[in-house]
Order: sequence, then C-alpha cells, then structure tokens
Amino acid sequence: MKVTDIVEKLGLNVFSGHEGLGREVTGGYVSDLLSDVMGHAESGDLWLTIQTHRNVMAIASLKDISAVIITSGEKPGDDTIAQSNQEGIPVLGTELSTFELAGRLYSLLN
Amino acid sequence: MTFEYKVQGGDFTHAGYASSQVKKMLKQLDVDNVVIKRVVVCLYEAEVNIVAHAWDGVISIVLETDTIFMKLTDNGPGIPNIEQAMQRGFSTASHEVREMGFGAGMGLPNISANADKFLITSEPGKGTTVEITINLNSTAV
Repeated sequence: MKVTDIVEKLGLNVFSGHEGLGREVTGGYVSDLLSDVMGHAESGDLWLTIQTHRNVMAIASLKDISAVIITSGEKPGDDTIAQSNQEGIPVLGTELSTFELAGRLYSLLN
Repeated sequence: MTFEYKVQGGDFTHAGYASSQVKKMLKQLDVDNVVIKRVVVCLYEAEVNIVAHAWDGVISIVLETDTIFMKLTDNGPGIPNIEQAMQRGFSTASHEVREMGFGAGMGLPNISANADKFLITSEPGKGTTVEITINLNSTAV
C-alpha cells in the first residue's frame, strides 16, 4: 500500500513532502521517544507521533520511514515542513488521537 | 578515508547532519543496508549525546575496506559513572531535551546493541570520548 492510499482511506491532511506520497508502506510504529524510534522502527513504517519539531524528520530520513503522521490535531513546525519537503518524506496529520489512528491503520495494513 | 564533523552543543537544528552524510556515503559505496542501519543508529545517538550534554565536540570517521571506526570526542561535563550511564532508562538530560523526546536513557543501550566494538572513556569536568567500530562485511551484531 502507498502513502497516498492511506491518506485517502483515513482522511489525513498532507502538510508537506508531497513528492513522497508514492512511497510504499509496510508497517507502522508508534512512539514519542526518538531513541525508541531510532532503535526499533523499520524502514517502510509509518511513524505516529505528537512530536512536531524538525528532529523528527532527521530520524524519519535516517530510518527510511515512509511518512510521519502527527496525531491529535498537532501541527508541524515550519522547519519540520521545510525538511520534509527537502527529504521528500510526507508529514501527514489527523485530529484523531494516536490510539484511534493506530487502530484504524492496523486494520488497514493487516 | 577519514572525515571530520564538528558538533555544537545545544544545536538541535543540525543534530543528525553527520549521520546523514555518513549514510549517503555508505549507500554510494553499496554497503549492505542492514549494516548501514546499524552505523546510523550508533552515530546518530552518539551525535545527539554531544548536542544534548556537551559544549562542543568532533566526530571523526575512519572508513576502511572492511570496517568503519567512529570516534566522538567532546568538551563537556563528562560521565562520572559510566556503568550507570549505560543502564537502560538512566538519563541526566534536561527537561527541555526530554520534552523533545530525547533523553529517555535509550541512546547508549541502542549503540551497544548495534556496535561490534563500543568503548566510552570520560573525564568528569573535561569531556567524553566514544569509540564505535562496525564491521562492514558482516550483518550479525
């Protein structure tokens, strides 16, 4: 499944990184601790978090994350958006809580 | 090949720059993806430790045919008890750093889990040196 399919099926906002909407999604990871993501996320994962600063993009890029989804209506910072565009890794958003979104995403991917 | 990167304490804007450069380089050299991932985890965690805890530091990367050696030397407060610092969950990070999602006491254990050789030496009040070696031809830790 591609990022764009998930955007459509879950009604997500696309804040940035449109170039990467065709990236393939193979799984998901939920965490707001950056070293946890560094240590355990897999390439191709969607990363669900409420962190919005640009270091999220550094990690997403280093780990080859397919897209970042910011939950609970939080918005990414301007420098996060800039780096997302530069890396071509989409930053998506939802009003849903991480719990609700993770549940829907899990059903979609499995 | 030897490369050097300077790291400024507190500068989270550029945290991960060296890791990103090294990742690109290893990709160009067609190093196995699993090995690249291990290098990136180690280097990023060690780089962020300088940003989060030290005043400044230098990363030197020595790339040989079959190994990558990463040495991170900082001017900083040092680590009085390395054994304690290595424990999962132990952290001395500031509130601000923790709020960003760093400083959960997972960095050094992450390095330990991904490095083939990992050595920390430290002089409290002066600084810390972290040395990490990863074999490029083996995917097993």
